[in-house]
Amino acid sequence: MTTTTWTPQSLVEQALATTTANHCVVIVRDTTAANLRWANNTLTTNGVTHGVDVTVVSVVEHPGGMASGSVSGSATTQAQVAGLVAAADAAARAASPAEDAQPLVAGQESPDWEQPPVPTDITVFDRFAPALGEAFGTAGAAGRTLYGFVSHAHTTTYLGSTTGLRLRHVQPTGHVGCTGKDRSLTRSAWVGGATRDFSDVDALALEAELAQRLAWAERQVDLPAGRYDTVLPPTAVADLMIDAYWYAGARTAHEGQSAYSRRGGGTRIGERIARPGVTLYSDPHEPHLECAPFVTAATSDNEQSVFDNGLPLGRTDWIADGELRALLQTRHSAGLTEQPVTPYVDNLVLSVEGGTGDIDTMVRGIERGLLITCLWYIREVDPQSLLLTGLTRDGVYLVEGGEITGAVNNFRWNESPLELLNRFTHASATVPSFSREWGDDYFSRTATPALRIPDFNMSSVSQAR
Amino acid sequence: MTPTLDPTFLDLPYRALGDVALQRASELGADHADFRFERVRYQHLGVRDGVLQGAADSEDLGFAVRVIHRGAWGFAAGVVLTPQEAAAVAERAVAVAVVAADMTSTPVEIADEPVHADVTWVSAYEQNPLEVPTAEKADLLIGWTDRLRRHAAVQHATASLQQVQENKYYADLAGTRTTQQRVRLQPHFEAMGTDEATGVFDSMATLAPPVGRGWEYLTGSGYDWDAELAEVPELLAEKLVAPTVTPGTYDLVIDPSNLWLTIHESIGHATELDRALGYEANYAGTSFATYDQLGSLQYGSPLMQVTGDRTTEHGLATIGYDDEGVATQEWDIVRDGVLVGYQLDRPMARMKPELNGGRSNGCAYADSPGHIPIQRMANVSLQPAAEDIGLEDLVGQVENGLYVVGDKSWSIDMQRFNFQFTGQRFFEIRDGRLGGQVRDVAYQATTTEFWGSLAAVGGPATWVLGGAFNCGKAQPGQVAAVSHGCPVSLFRDVRILNTNDEGGAR
Repeated sequence: MTTTTWTPQSLVEQALATTTANHCVVIVRDTTAANLRWANNTLTTNGVTHGVDVTVVSVVEHPGGMASGSVSGSATTQAQVAGLVAAADAAARAASPAEDAQPLVAGQESPDWEQPPVPTDITVFDRFAPALGEAFGTAGAAGRTLYGFVSHAHTTTYLGSTTGLRLRHVQPTGHVGCTGKDRSLTRSAWVGGATRDFSDVDALALEAELAQRLAWAERQVDLPAGRYDTVLPPTAVADLMIDAYWYAGARTAHEGQSAYSRRGGGTRIGERIARPGVTLYSDPHEPHLECAPFVTAATSDNEQSVFDNGLPLGRTDWIADGELRALLQTRHSAGLTEQPVTPYVDNLVLSVEGGTGDIDTMVRGIERGLLITCLWYIREVDPQSLLLTGLTRDGVYLVEGGEITGAVNNFRWNESPLELLNRFTHASATVPSFSREWGDDYFSRTATPALRIPDFNMSSVSQAR
Repeated sequence: MTPTLDPTFLDLPYRALGDVALQRASELGADHADFRFERVRYQHLGVRDGVLQGAADSEDLGFAVRVIHRGAWGFAAGVVLTPQEAAAVAERAVAVAVVAADMTSTPVEIADEPVHADVTWVSAYEQNPLEVPTAEKADLLIGWTDRLRRHAAVQHATASLQQVQENKYYADLAGTRTTQQRVRLQPHFEAMGTDEATGVFDSMATLAPPVGRGWEYLTGSGYDWDAELAEVPELLAEKLVAPTVTPGTYDLVIDPSNLWLTIHESIGHATELDRALGYEANYAGTSFATYDQLGSLQYGSPLMQVTGDRTTEHGLATIGYDDEGVATQEWDIVRDGVLVGYQLDRPMARMKPELNGGRSNGCAYADSPGHIPIQRMANVSLQPAAEDIGLEDLVGQVENGLYVVGDKSWSIDMQRFNFQFTGQRFFEIRDGRLGGQVRDVAYQATTTEFWGSLAAVGGPATWVLGGAFNCGKAQPGQVAAVSHGCPVSLFRDVRILNTNDEGGAR
């Protein structure tokens, strides 16, 4: 990749050797990425990138406690790393004692610490790209237009500390999303998903599925706003559960500012907040959703602490059998709330006891209702109820007598994901899913079921197609 | 004092790397090649309840090569600042174009632009906030939260400050060389409280917009912090016990602190030509303002005059030359309520040569050296009335309405028709007079109906430049900072929701 002799491990060791702080944590992230983007049946902006990001967290003992300084930057030379270390040391010396100060995590070494970064490049699309070109031809000949994006990245993280930590993690992240439209641009469909290596992504199969969905939309039906018996597919459930997870900070709940706050004070941990049988959990070792098994934090806030860097992560049940079991905790917030330490984990699984079958199974059970493709532009409206708003997108299908009979206009909806976990009537089996809203840039490792909501609140009609 | 280019940036080897990369791209047969070297420095400070919760400095440093080769785009980026790596990145960009060429059915072309041989540009600010001691900045924010918490209604208070210094060097095979620097910052504070009788929780945040100014913004240039810090706790106390809104149809007088965001979502994004032509369809979406409606689409009331510009002083999208070496400009987007213009980059300008004389209007931007430039938003602003019309004049025209202040929640569909916004404060208007606050309010509308209901705009004295740091677009995702100016404005018969009723509880 380069002609220089640096390695991520050498950058870590150099930083730890040169710091003048009492303690120091160094995180090096080596990321390579490749992507293809297309619109109007032709490739548009495509690229490959390589980045090396170094974070230095210095900790200095002050008379009143420990203070920290955090500096990050692109760095591949000794001089650049020395500059980051000097800046972090100076920041820690100038800072006041930190409220989240804790003893740094004690040392352990990953068995693969000495291994180099794992790269990716444009060749990851060697099989996909020609098939995509073929899909453009198939779609174009049939009067369909494709718009989409594929991305593959490898981030290799090295975390070292003056307390002896030497941790390494390789994170592959890939995803595909493709939108299809008919010639008149009045029908739209989307398919997408996550992948770790693109061995399981078939461009022609994606195109065929889009063709089927566009065919479903040949009959178009206008429906007014209202509450509808609605099937949310796994991708839409992932959209909503990610928000439920991101807003689950323990400190803000403890201080009375979220839907997880108990009125009168404290958190709702221990309360039933969903139907029995509902479990929402994260696990860094979840098959096909593997993620970093230790904390990496470049700065401190309500949901993370630089002092927790290197803290091991395991399975955490956020909701178990409908009961709120845990919220996002640092060691500091765990002390405030008197709850176990349960830091953020970079994947999320929703399972429902007895959930079986798939979307087709759920559709067959509906006399008259809606099947959504995905949700979009989701934002929090009210933190106290976790009321969210957003829109449907790229295919809302009318179900009559257990069959899809046409496509319906889009809607704006207003709903709380916590309310939905109480109101759903049917759940499918949990399967790998991909959030349309958050999967591309923030959170692609999810597994969720489809849920049937008997009275989903479609607040108004959207003319968007 | 006029700011100058940061000497620590000038010491970096960008010119030499650019020369190597462009030469290598040319040797490999690129028809067009450009080189962009960037250093973007950030500092974020976060304070909660009088304690500095987190302080982090970061820097994004690297370079990128973009080529058109065999009619396809190729792009590559790297961070190792050596001539060998510059050449290798150019080679990788060409290799990407080779892969892409077989799937590029419409050959890529870009509009011709004048060459700017070696020019510099620096934004308007007095003191670079990144050069102010961190402790001084933290003390200011801590002081803010302490002041807010003196009021009985405020149980918790937060404050934050995001600062950015962006340096860019651009060079292309045609001979353009630009070196630029700009500074921006986003201060924020929020007070939170709970009404003990009802258990209702709420918050009230600053109305201060992010700006392209320096540290002087925090010490009184352009904003009265003392007045707002004194006002917010009282407003929060009132909001906590305010009656819940009755849903229905109301006239809205909308303050610039709220209307800027509605402009951003319903006009700014809708008039990006790449969206109108389908190039963003898989992600952020397309636009109802399709190209065939240019010159005929009645976007809104005849009072509606909207401009795009990348030149206004202190604007977050303001710069001298864009990321394709184009000198920045100002132009009309909506004139007398009719759609008359779009935002363009060089590829879009080439596709529609009848626009802007076949030239780009300077809207290419990449948020980091690791991202390819795309068409991004200019400062899109609603112009004020020529007359001296104030808030009271507009309120006086309303029998039953709400005065909307401050932004909060926002959402709009992927063609920019249907939107829903909330705000910080909603004051009742009855018979031409402002009353107390109501709560649990959201307004929902369709873009052209909403702008068609524009009944009056305020004068120049009511015009405020709002904005955001975090506008998202593209795949891979990029964020951009952009400003929107507007006067206080009056809209008739807008749908108001009660968010409690919408909450899903049956």
